[in-house]
Amino acid sequence: MTVEPRNDAFVAFEHVQKSYDGVSLVVKDLNLMIGKGEFLTMLGPSGSGKTTCLMMLAGFETATHGEIKLDGVNINQVPPHKRGIGMVFQNYALFPHMTVGENLAFPLEVRGMGKDEREAKIRRALDMVQMGAFANRRPAQLSGGQQQRIALARALVFDPKLVLMDEPLGALDKQLREHMQFEIKHLHENLGITVVYVTHDQGEALTMSDRVAVFNDGRIQQLAPPADLYERPENSFVAQFIGENNKLLGTIEELSGDKALVRLATGELIDATAVNVKEKGGKTLVSIRPERVEFKPEMMPPGAHTIDAEVVEIIYMGDILRAVLKVAGSDDFVMKMRNTLGQTKLVPGQKIKVGWHPQDARALDP
Amino acid sequence: MAEAATELLTTADGRPLKAALAAAQSRAKRRAFLLVLPLLLFVLLTFLVPIGYMLKRSVEHDGFSSSAPALDAWFTENPGFDPANPPEEAYAALVSDLARMQVEKTTGMAGTRINYTVPGTISLFKQGAREAKDLVAPFKESLLALDPEWGKPALWRGMSAASSPYTAEFYQVASDRKLTDDGWARGGDKDRIYLYLFFKTFLISGLITVICLLIAFPVSHLLATLPMAKSSLLMILVLLPFWTSLLVRTTSWIALLQEQGIVNDLLVGIGLISEDGRLTMMYNMTGTIVAMTHVLLPFMILPLYSVMRVIPPSYARAARSLGATSWTTFRRVYLPQTLPGIAAGSLLVFILAVGYYITPALVGGADGQLISNLISFHMSKSNWSLAAAIAGMLLVAILLLYWLYDRLIGIDRLKLG
Repeated sequence: MTVEPRNDAFVAFEHVQKSYDGVSLVVKDLNLMIGKGEFLTMLGPSGSGKTTCLMMLAGFETATHGEIKLDGVNINQVPPHKRGIGMVFQNYALFPHMTVGENLAFPLEVRGMGKDEREAKIRRALDMVQMGAFANRRPAQLSGGQQQRIALARALVFDPKLVLMDEPLGALDKQLREHMQFEIKHLHENLGITVVYVTHDQGEALTMSDRVAVFNDGRIQQLAPPADLYERPENSFVAQFIGENNKLLGTIEELSGDKALVRLATGELIDATAVNVKEKGGKTLVSIRPERVEFKPEMMPPGAHTIDAEVVEIIYMGDILRAVLKVAGSDDFVMKMRNTLGQTKLVPGQKIKVGWHPQDARALDP
Repeated sequence: MAEAATELLTTADGRPLKAALAAAQSRAKRRAFLLVLPLLLFVLLTFLVPIGYMLKRSVEHDGFSSSAPALDAWFTENPGFDPANPPEEAYAALVSDLARMQVEKTTGMAGTRINYTVPGTISLFKQGAREAKDLVAPFKESLLALDPEWGKPALWRGMSAASSPYTAEFYQVASDRKLTDDGWARGGDKDRIYLYLFFKTFLISGLITVICLLIAFPVSHLLATLPMAKSSLLMILVLLPFWTSLLVRTTSWIALLQEQGIVNDLLVGIGLISEDGRLTMMYNMTGTIVAMTHVLLPFMILPLYSVMRVIPPSYARAARSLGATSWTTFRRVYLPQTLPGIAAGSLLVFILAVGYYITPALVGGADGQLISNLISFHMSKSNWSLAAAIAGMLLVAILLLYWLYDRLIGIDRLKLG
């Protein structure tokens, strides 16, 4: 996947490679353009190279090859303190020997800013994260969520154009995390800054981002807005990594345009949309979201293929019911049903027929 | 709400909660106490008792009081006598005690005790005791005829003080004060031995601490940031001195630094100094400083390392990303966080250096001796009380330092590895 450099990109990675040991590449030919004011998330499993990319952008790691540009200027040789990039760290990295106010004053002091101007900016930054009353506390006296806000305020207090966030919500509990996601999102919208956000939490990535870059094995697997990423994964890694997916292994029986007829290993025929399969007779992995699987005939599109299924287990999850089915030889096929008043009650052992809209079954590389 | 909280809480059957808790924990507490009991006894026996005994020796000496009962009794009855002109009864008591010392062979002991404060009295006592039985009344005249030294007011002051087994005189001596005819006074310049040496010891220890800190800081940082495999190897090198005999390490410095030693040979060999200009780096203060720095370095490295190891690299990164140069980052972010380690290491090295004995004794020569060497000298001369008094002053100085440290930095922030 090659993206030609765009001149209007605010941050640009051009053919960037990174190796730590001179033997293997952690980042393999990265090309990524980030627009001004964009909220871009780098998402991927650990070891996929996303944090390395962030560290190269911040200046703590040097690119082995390629160029990194900020606002059109090559910054490969610019030391971190001259890049003017705000950064929020996973463990917040608030200086423990300074008060909250001193932490926020630090970036302003090293820029030689006068006392009055400093005070005003600190006040504004603290108010921005609703922490105005905490200027004289020490970081150790604050809760995780409060430290998070201070770290955020410190990264923003010197008005950077670009803010990097390295799994900033990783240490918070679920509720607080969701709350902070919205706060960060709103800050981004209000301030118009560019944010590059690294996380391994796909929910976070989908909620907050304008675009998500899914990393695996040192490459961007897909770069797309959240909805595209979820609904139209381009390869089986992305399909498996983002959300839950049922996978059915088969062979392409017919291929016309993007319509494919797939014969499963057990002989059944299903409809699918061809995504990155090229030829008839080739192997493919068909992936279907559990919430797009239907078992009521009236809900299926006319002419859709259906296949036999047997209910293995029904798991009650509150808002949804999760049915584990035996389909085409595999017994971990999942169907999600809304827990509505009139929902049909399925019982283990029950034989049903399931189907889906061909658009929702994506035939991907095996 | 607040009142409810202060109300006495009880268990379900009405017992006070505190009592119930104490009862529930008493067994565990007893067992815990029994477990530490051997250690407690050990510390008591090997640490507190000897130190207590040492401090007792510094204020107690019965060499004179036990062998001169008559004079003792007279001093007790006449506390306000004039040392410049003691009456006949005092001389009579002295002569009877001298005669008794001759019989009981305690002259040396008594004379030595007085000799500590009034130098030159051992021979006076020996002569007096020999002649005592032949002396006749009036004893004042006959004793003064024997030796006019017997009339010296300083001697009488000394004997009066020594008639009690408990005395602060050793502390007076250890503070460079002299017993004169008019009582205790500051000694002349040539008598400034102990305080000068105290001062010198503290100065040298401070210098060694600073040198240790300057060397240990980068080493500890390296240890804390290198990958595990390399830092383990480096750590072995740091700990290696602990596995080598102190004597071997010190003598190897002699081999290196002495006038015909390796370093001088090398310097002469490359023509930096001439054959006649060989540097004197051993058997003087330089030798003491070099060897002691080497011996004490691990005590600085280990606390520093233990503090540096837990400082996450993200602090430095955060500072850099906020716009600080590497120097500002070090000065304002890294260094303040290593302070507990610096303080612990410095305190440890300084206290060890102040009391160090073997290395200055081996490589210090005449010029490089520290206060401990003087303590050892007095012990070898059997002047235990003076040695104990100097050691007691050293102990007080260290405790003061410790107190100061607690006030300034806080003992709970001490990290010793």
